Amino acid sequence: MPVKRADKTPMPVREPEMRARDFEEVNEGYCFSHAMFEAERCLRCQDPVCIDGCPVRVPIADFMHAVAAGDMHKASEILRTANPLAAICGRVCPQEAQCEMKCHMTKRFGPVAIGHLERYVSDWEMAQPLNDEVAKPWRDEKVAIIGSGPSGLVCAGELARLGYHVTVYEALHAPGGVLRYGIPEFRLPNSILDWEIASLERLGVEFVNNVIIGKTIKLDDLFSEMGYSAAFIGTGAGLPKFMGIPGESLNGVYSANEFLTRINLMQAFEFPQAETPLKVGGRVAVIGSGNTAMDAVRSALRLGAEHAMVVYRRSENEMTARIEEYEHAIEEGVEFHWLTNPIEVLGEDGWVTGLKCMRMELGEPDDSGRARPVPIEGSEFVFPVDNVVLSIGTRPNPLLSRATPGLKTHSWGGLLVDERQVETSVHRVYAGGDAVTGAATVILAAGAGKKAAEAIHSDLTADTA
Amino acid sequence: MVKILEKCQLTPITKLYRVDAPLIAKAARAGQFVIVRVREGGERIPLTITDYDAEQGVITIVVQEVGATTRRLAELEVGDHILDMVGPLGEAPDIPSGGHIVGVGGGYGSAALLCLMRELSDRGEKTTIVMGAREKDLLILADELGEICDHVEICTDDGSAGFKGFVTERLQEMIDGSPPGRPDYVIAIGPMPMMRAVEKTTAAAGIDTTASLDPLMIDGTGMCGGCRVTVGGEVKFACVDGPFFDAHEVDFDEAVSRSKMYVKEEQKAAACQRSAREVA
Repeated sequence: MPVKRADKTPMPVREPEMRARDFEEVNEGYCFSHAMFEAERCLRCQDPVCIDGCPVRVPIADFMHAVAAGDMHKASEILRTANPLAAICGRVCPQEAQCEMKCHMTKRFGPVAIGHLERYVSDWEMAQPLNDEVAKPWRDEKVAIIGSGPSGLVCAGELARLGYHVTVYEALHAPGGVLRYGIPEFRLPNSILDWEIASLERLGVEFVNNVIIGKTIKLDDLFSEMGYSAAFIGTGAGLPKFMGIPGESLNGVYSANEFLTRINLMQAFEFPQAETPLKVGGRVAVIGSGNTAMDAVRSALRLGAEHAMVVYRRSENEMTARIEEYEHAIEEGVEFHWLTNPIEVLGEDGWVTGLKCMRMELGEPDDSGRARPVPIEGSEFVFPVDNVVLSIGTRPNPLLSRATPGLKTHSWGGLLVDERQVETSVHRVYAGGDAVTGAATVILAAGAGKKAAEAIHSDLTADTA
Repeated sequence: MVKILEKCQLTPITKLYRVDAPLIAKAARAGQFVIVRVREGGERIPLTITDYDAEQGVITIVVQEVGATTRRLAELEVGDHILDMVGPLGEAPDIPSGGHIVGVGGGYGSAALLCLMRELSDRGEKTTIVMGAREKDLLILADELGEICDHVEICTDDGSAGFKGFVTERLQEMIDGSPPGRPDYVIAIGPMPMMRAVEKTTAAAGIDTTASLDPLMIDGTGMCGGCRVTVGGEVKFACVDGPFFDAHEVDFDEAVSRSKMYVKEEQKAAACQRSAREVA
């Protein structure tokens, strides 16, 4: 069969029975021949449209051609220049709603596996011998990056390449933000994140953990006392939402953030050798349908839950998770309860015993354009459960804005930025990622970090001119 | 890494540390706390800042051995380092001026009152500390608090020092007019059941009371929601909205229940720690 009419090369994965019991990565990655074959499926469009589907406009066709030519060095350069977090985005981007959706192969044979190839090329790059030399900043100006999630990491890297002294301040004891505390290792191994951070350190970026800007150091003091010329706020959207239904404070109810942080950052799966505990019973209900919900429910399985279920008030069609995570969750035995709205967490002696729900049906589209779920009268029923994990979204963390008079936010908590979408209401303080947009994707945060770095460079250059 | 500069043993299970933490010392205010982690794989636990000295860049913490992490911490000596320390966290309390301000400290809670009571005394308030412990040897920082406050009322369960009985009983006597007199405002810091008992006592007398809650928490920045407490029917995060809350509005039953969530796991972690030590 001609390559151009072949189906998308499937990602080799570990067997569901095996992988659903540990936290090792699910996807095994392409081998060289997979990659060469898959890259050959690219139609070499005269006017490629895949790039239009990429929030940071990675020149996908160029990197695809380099892979097909077997030039991984060139492919990785093209990728890294456009997207400094390629190894991460190749693993966590919703490609089916971005680049791969645009691919001309999509309708007939399935898209070229752009995400899998992005991962392949980045993994190749990580396997190459490293140059240990640490770059020295050559400019005088210092820039502080607040938060070490995706937007902060990208902003730091871009500024370091431009010669600035860059310090990244992280509130937790390890850098990475949501990439560390949020995304489990079975989807994004810590070793990938550690490699990205180590490469930033080689660019001269300094990482300082255990410092909360707004608490340990006031934002103003970065400028007045510590001599920074600019600061970038990439503090994300880490404040968990609760539903406001009765029983949410019972023991055994977690926010997805707490549940995943205990696992990912604190390694609760190694308890008691690691000392942070997590209570996972036989029946766990996760409320929500995004990637975080999938991460939480699959983590619950891995921690021994016999019934790990997703409870969502809308239907499968309105689910917001990546399709791959959904498919993997089904293979691993996660149960899905669509059109089911939790109305109360039931408990006994302070502990969760059940989740009371109502059946829903879809009505007219709501403000989000999705069909509005409407409760069916008299349909109340109870799931007997030991744990409830709330994964219904997060909001920007107000800690820094509360501590900084003059740092303006929208009523929902997002930081206000100028018409360029980069500078906040405080002079030379920039922001990007979820802290500005509300919870979104890694790639959008990476794009925002890059854009802010360009603006910081241009503004600081103008200041000194 | 935070270096330990000074260590002293306050009771058989309570240690006081002065540590080198210039950024925290500079930013700290009375009533705030830090979160520490003692080793790789260790828990993150909140500890109240007992005292701070911005000029010397030093903060004081008091640690009572209650679980695996605090036991590990208690084993550290001068010159050793605490792996991670972040802070200052939480908000300083807003204590109204004027009147008789009474701090009620139970067990190691007295330590948490030290710099707060000094700040209030320095502000010119009339201050009393009512501190309680099971027995005389378990009282901590009584002399230091004595120097700071106008009056010190010591209570022990067995009568080995001061008043024989609970802090709430002595508090009730004061409310009834016993010198140093009825409080106008009470600050309660100590074990959750003690704070609940203080709240009940002052509620009956209509005295404004604030309590410093120390629920379980991980990040201390509002990210996990593990420290949520119900105050006046609303869910609050003790790490960022607290740790001080209007005691009369706190749902103590829920807070006590949540604080016991991992009792079995804590025993398991402690057993694991012991067996690891026996092997070594």
